[in-house]
Order: sequence, then structure tokens, then C-alpha cells
Amino acid sequence: MDLLIDISLLTFLAVTAIGIIRITNLFAVIMLFAIFSFLSATLFMTMDAVDVALTEAAVGAGISTVLMLATLALNKDHNEKQPDKNRHWLPLAVVLTTGAVLVYGTLDLPDFGDPASAPQTHVAPHYIEKAIEETGVPNIVTAVLASYRGFDTLGEVVVIFTAGIAVLLLLGGRREDPLDDGAKDKRVPQNLVLRIVSKIVIPVIMLFALYVQFHGDYGPGGGFQAGVIMSAAIILYSLVFGLGAAERIIPKSVLMFLTSLGVLIFAGVGIASLFLGGNYLNYSVLASSQVAGQHIGILLVELGVGITVFAVMLTIFFAFAGRERS
Amino acid sequence: MDFVVSHYNYLIAIFLMMTGFYTVISRGNLVKKIVGLNIFQVSVFLIYISLSTVKDGVAPIYVEGVKVYSNPLPHVLILTAIVVGVATTALGLALVVRIKEAYGTIEEDEIHSQDNSL
Amino acid sequence: MWDHLSLLLVVTPLIAAPLAAILPFGRVPWALAFLVALACAVMAGMQLWTILTGGPIQYELGGWAPPWGIVYRIDEVNALVAMIVSGIAAVALPYALLSAENEIEKHQIPLFYSAVLLCLAGLLGITQTGDIFNLFVFLEISSLSSYALISLGNRRQALTAAYQYLIMGTLGATFFLIGVGLIYSQTGTLNMADLAARLPEATGLKTVHTGFAFIMIGFALKLALFPLHLWLPNAYTYAPSVVTVFLAATATKVALYVILRVLFTVFPDGFVTNTPAGDLFLMAGILAVLSGSFRAIYQSNVKKLLAHSSVAQIGYMAIGLSFASVAGVTASIIHMFNHALMKGALFMAVGAIVYRVGACRMEHLHGLGRQMPWTFGAIIVAGFSLIGVPGTAGFVSKWYLVLAALEQQQWIVVAVILFGSLLAVIYVGKIIEALYFKQATNPELAVEEAPFLLLAPTWILVFANIYFGFDTDLTVGVAERAAQALGVAAK
Repeated sequence: MDLLIDISLLTFLAVTAIGIIRITNLFAVIMLFAIFSFLSATLFMTMDAVDVALTEAAVGAGISTVLMLATLALNKDHNEKQPDKNRHWLPLAVVLTTGAVLVYGTLDLPDFGDPASAPQTHVAPHYIEKAIEETGVPNIVTAVLASYRGFDTLGEVVVIFTAGIAVLLLLGGRREDPLDDGAKDKRVPQNLVLRIVSKIVIPVIMLFALYVQFHGDYGPGGGFQAGVIMSAAIILYSLVFGLGAAERIIPKSVLMFLTSLGVLIFAGVGIASLFLGGNYLNYSVLASSQVAGQHIGILLVELGVGITVFAVMLTIFFAFAGRERS
Repeated sequence: MDFVVSHYNYLIAIFLMMTGFYTVISRGNLVKKIVGLNIFQVSVFLIYISLSTVKDGVAPIYVEGVKVYSNPLPHVLILTAIVVGVATTALGLALVVRIKEAYGTIEEDEIHSQDNSL
Repeated sequence: MWDHLSLLLVVTPLIAAPLAAILPFGRVPWALAFLVALACAVMAGMQLWTILTGGPIQYELGGWAPPWGIVYRIDEVNALVAMIVSGIAAVALPYALLSAENEIEKHQIPLFYSAVLLCLAGLLGITQTGDIFNLFVFLEISSLSSYALISLGNRRQALTAAYQYLIMGTLGATFFLIGVGLIYSQTGTLNMADLAARLPEATGLKTVHTGFAFIMIGFALKLALFPLHLWLPNAYTYAPSVVTVFLAATATKVALYVILRVLFTVFPDGFVTNTPAGDLFLMAGILAVLSGSFRAIYQSNVKKLLAHSSVAQIGYMAIGLSFASVAGVTASIIHMFNHALMKGALFMAVGAIVYRVGACRMEHLHGLGRQMPWTFGAIIVAGFSLIGVPGTAGFVSKWYLVLAALEQQQWIVVAVILFGSLLAVIYVGKIIEALYFKQATNPELAVEEAPFLLLAPTWILVFANIYFGFDTDLTVGVAERAAQALGVAAK
């Protein structure tokens, strides 16, 4: 049964991908991409990668799609120019060669689901057997992400921070009217139902974000997913009530501060463990017992992740949306 | 035939990767290139997650008594890679916005002809 | 804190980056970035010294033992690369103060220094780590920040150059990710030392060969090795001057380091010689030297000329490593070090011209040699080093490369190296001709010499070019030990 779902999802993915190549209407292409991303998230789910599925759905079908649409909105023409037929041969040759090499490479890959393959017998068993006793965190993905490979996650937060800085450098300048005082933005829908429904929904989304943030130790989720969901609440607010209203709630300077704050919390936990006599990001020294220390450390760094991701996602959204208006 | 069934995930993932890769290098539209790049990356994630799957395993969240879990390590790596991917996408699209403002087009050949006519 | 030196080298710029972004305008972000770069240079120097006297360092992040946690593992090779990166940063930042104020909008300055610090942290993170996936994460930090930095150039071509680099760089990083995944599927590990221990049993597998190829192609893209160099000329030409200085002197060096590390340490002995990898690197290197040098001759923009010359210089490094011998890899590492010095100095001098004249096409240079004598002098000395004139660092690189080629009895390669130097005489000559022998188009226009803050860093690098041309113990000695530390099989 699982195999059947698996194979049909993969086949859907293949069809969607071909559609993306062939269709020249960019709006349709972006929608197909969102479907592609959502299908892959479903597939990750069937393959037991729940955290990955949650993230892919929030990022691929969510943030990336929104940003692509925002870019497209600046373009009057939504159609891609018909590609030049003569330009096809070289790319096709490169792609076919690369694909052939990859297929050659899969010949020796372990069978799908093989419990005796190298990844299943080296390194990973240690996490599965020891994570609960060494970190006290039942979600093994969180334990590896935040503790065993916590430095990767610090790097990941810095990548997000870099993206925020980069987008601000590119789109941050020359905004004449950051707050359109009083004046109603014409594009903001004045629909009463929409306003009331979103007023009910937004707090629920925020509450869910907090749940995902603090429940990441026990179930799927964590700082990254929570940050994205929290920013989605504010984005929804700005879509319904106008960009100016949203920027009044969280001014740009606060956003910049939060962006940096998350990185500093995460990196600061590492510095704290240095002063307490451990190696960088060794949470065990943060409290009297190892598990208690790990618990505090993971809680704090996940908070840092959540804050930076939330702030950067909003920064990026405001930057794109602000361009659209000017 | 056995090979195709036991490696179906990988083969389709390679096909998807190549459609993404092809879109990036054959299309001149800057937005479509970014879409292609995303497809390329997501398909690579598929390979990693396929590697993490264990027959009869469950999601790697510790439950008393359960012995077989799928491999958490690729999940962690791909979580990081997804984040890196969205960061790249955001930066790429911001560049597209600026290019559109500077050149008035997002088609590669029109940009080249503008630069060369100077 | 002494034990944590290797870690602090990366974390200091990492923490300084968000601080620079929220500090008030003015010169505070610059001062912070400069102090951090200086501190990094001191720490990298101490790290190099510790390793030269006491052997490799290992640092377990999070207190987890490898292969379960991430470790930093530093020997002579990465210590040397970290020294190059942070040394160049420490020299480039004083230069940045005026150059960036001239070329970058005022409100962007704090974010600009934040991005510079991120780039520095990313590059240092790549060199220090002993974990192949951690390397990918820091690669992306340095890549994303360099795309942003390049896009800040004041002509619109900077945007397209950054976009093109983003696409090609991301393809490269994704190829690397595919390669890592394939190798992981056969070894189950990401720790480089653990990989080195487990790969010998798996060398016959098709998956491992494919993974190897993908990692190499991915980093050949980042290295801008011919024919994957297409992003480089525009990126270096249209980026702000100080960004070009920093990236040209560091980013490709770090990419070369990763290739050396994977080729010789992670993969077992003989993997290079028993696969076509060595031959392909040799061929790509030869073509890079020839095509880069020829293209350089025909450029009318000095920055683009130097960028094409960089493609050629990367070719020399690829030739050295393709021999897979101690002599060849030593030559490669020496040239990596020396090229950072010469290109750093040249791009700084050109940046000084941009500071005064606002452009750097050949016709803008006419007659400037007499009006900007110090800048002109820097170009002459660093240019001679680029050619490989005896008495300069460039000569030492070429000498050891020729020796390595002779050891392999590769006469064609020797001929290519000499011919490449001849072409370098022509393109360096073109710059000097424009500066000194051409009449200024507008003789009344008085151009002042560049300010001291631009000249001093330039001349520090110029003196380094002369110093390392005479005192070869330091470069050659360390490079030889580095080649051995990599695990290059002694013949």
C-alpha cells in the first residue's frame, strides 16, 4: 500500500515537472511549482520524514511561492518568451550526460528501505539508541538538529540572516512612504467577512506557531517552522489590513533588531558554554545535570532560530511588497 | 525489473533533478530559472530522504518499545538544505526585481542585447 | 580561551555580523569589522604557529565526539588557508573605509560591513571544519553574502553578474550536495576523517565514483576552473572595488583548498591517478591558462583584464594538483598563497584609480602613471609578480610549478607555463603602456595621488610580493608540509 502511494506520488511529480518545463505562462508555472512542492512534502510524509514535510510545505508551497508571485506581480507580461529552438541542443546534451552518470551511480545504491545499508548501520544508530538518554529529547530529529549537529543549525540561522541582509541591501533603499498615514491603501480588500474571519484566524495561527515552537522536543516542529508560521500570521494581517498597518505593529527598526537578536541568542548560548568550561555549544554544562543542561540549551537555541526566521521572513516580505507599491 | 522497483524513488528523483537542471540552463526567463533551481534542489532532497527510509520503520520520534525508526540524520541535513534553498530563492528573486527595474525586462537575451548596444 | 582559538576564529566574525547590522550609522560598523578582521588575522597566525610546532588540532563542537558531532580539524593546510583569508581581510578592511564610502550608498554601509563579516565567517568556516556537510552550510553563508556584495556595484551589470553567479554557484553547491549524499549512502558518515577511514573499502563502487565526480564538478564551479569559469569575469569586473579585492584574493583559494582536501585526504591514495580526474584537471588547467591569458590581452577594462588573468592563474593551480605529487601540490599551494598577494595588490591599485577617476577602462588610464606614481609603482611590482619576474613571489610559484612538471617529464606543460608567462608580459605591458606611455586625453585635468588609506594596504601587499620572492623558507616550507599533511602519496 505504501509503495503504491509512493509510486503514484512520484509519477504525479514527474508529470508536474514536465508541465513546468513546457508551459510558458509564468503564473501557471509558479502554481505548478507550489503543487510540486506540496506533492514532495506529502512524499516526505509517507517516508516518515515528518519534520522535513512540515518545513517543505511551509517553505516551498508557502514562502517561496509567495515571493515568486510577488516578483511576477511587478511584471506586466506574465508570459515567458518562446525559447529559441536552436538553443536546446547543448543544454539537452549536458542534462542527458549528467542524468546518465547519476543513473550509473544509482546502480550500486542500497535498495530502497534496506535496513542493512551503511547509513542505517553507522552513526545514525547512535542517535536512535542514545539521543533520549544523552539529551532527554524524544524527537530524535530535534536532538540531532539542535545538539549533536547544533553548529550546522547555527550556520543555518546565519544563512537566513544573510538572506535578510542581502534582500535589504537589494530592495531596502528608496522607499518614500513607509507608512501611508490614514490613507487607505486602494488594493486592500474592504470585505467585512474577510476582515472578521482573519481577526479570528490570526490569533489561532500565532498560538499554533507557539505550539510548534515549544513542542518541537516532543513532536515535529521547532524554531524554524514556528518562525515561518508566525510570520505567516503577520503577512496575512498585512494582506487584509494593508502593509502600512502591519508595519505600524512591527516597525522596520524592531525587525532589524529581532533579526540580529536571534543569531546573537544562538551564538550567545555557545559563548555561555565556553565560560562554563565546556566546548562551544556544549549545553551539558549549562545546568547541574547533563539532561537539564541540554534541555535549557535546546530551548534557547530553538528560540533564537524562531526569532531570526520570523524577523527575516517578514523583512523579506515587506521588502518585496514595498517594491510592488512604489 | 527488481532493480527498477527497488530503485524507483532514485530513478524518478534523477528524472526530476534533470528537468529542473534543464530548465535552469535552457530557459532565458530569469523567474523560470529560479523555479528550475528550486525543482532541482527539492529533487535532491528526495534522494536524501529516500536514503533515510527503513522498511517497517516509523518517524524518528522516540516511543517506548518501538525499535525500528527511519534514519534521522538525512532529515536533519535536508531541513538545513531547505532553509538554505529558500534563502537562495529570496536573494535570487530580489536580484530579478532589481534587474527588471534596471533593464525593463527579465529575459536574458534582451538584457544581453541592451548591454552590448552600449 | 587558548583551547578555543580555532573556534573563535570563525565565531568572532559570525557574532560581529549581526552587531554591525544594528549599530548606528557612521564609521562604527567599519571599525568593528576592521577590529574583527585584525583579531582573526592574529588568531589565524597563532593557530598556524601552534600547528607548525605542535601538530594538528581537533575541536569537538557541542562537546560531542566525532563522528556523531561536528568537529573542527586543522592541520598545516587549513591553517595556511585560514591565514591567507584572514590576513587579506585585515589588509582589505582599512582599504574598504574610503573605497566603500566612495562606491556604496551611505545608508547601506552598516549592512555592507555585516555582509563582509558574514563572507569572512563563511570562508573561515569552510577552511576550519572537518565535517563535509558543515562545509556546505558555511559555503552557502559565504556564497550568499558574496552574491549580495557583488550586486552592490554601481553599474547595472553588477546585478546581472550577481544573478549569473547565484545561478552557477547554486548549481555548484547542489552538485556538491548530490555528491555528498551519494558518498553518505555507502559510508553512513559525514566526518572527513571517518570518510577517509571507510572509503577505501568502497572505492570500487559506481556510486562512490559518481559522488566523487559531482563533488569535484561542484567545487570546480566555485573555483571557476575552465570551462566552468563563465561567472567570474563579470562578477569581478562589476563588483565594488574592495569586494573584488577580497573575493579575488580569498574565495577561489578556499574552493581550491576544498578540492585538495577531498582529492587527497578524504579519498584514498591512488584515487586521483586511477581515475580520469588527474588528466581532466591537467587538461582544464592547460586550457584555462591559454584561454584566460588570451582573453586578458583583448580586454579594454582593466578589472576585466585582471579577472581573465585570474582564470589563467587558477589554471596553474589546477595543473599543479593534477600531478598528484608532493612537488605538484606544493607548487599549487605556493601559487595559491602568492596569487592572493599579487591579485590583491593589483585590484587594490586599480580600485585606487577608480577612486580618483571613477572608471578603469584603458582610455581612462592614459597618463595617470605620472600623476599617481605610488599607484603606478604598485601596479608595476605586482604586475611583475604576476608575470613571474625573478625577485618577486610570482617567480617562486612558477619555478616550483616548472620543477613539478619536469619531475613528471611533462614537457608540454612546461611550454604552456612559459607561454602563459609570455602572454602575461603582454597584458601587464598593456596596462603599463596605458598608464605611462599614452598621453592623457585631457592634460589640464589634474588627478591627485590616491589617499594614504588606499595606498598603505596596497603597498603592504606589494612588499609582501617582494618579501616572499626572496624569503622562500616560509611559503615553500609550509606548503611542503601542507602537501604532506594532505596525504599526497610520496613518490
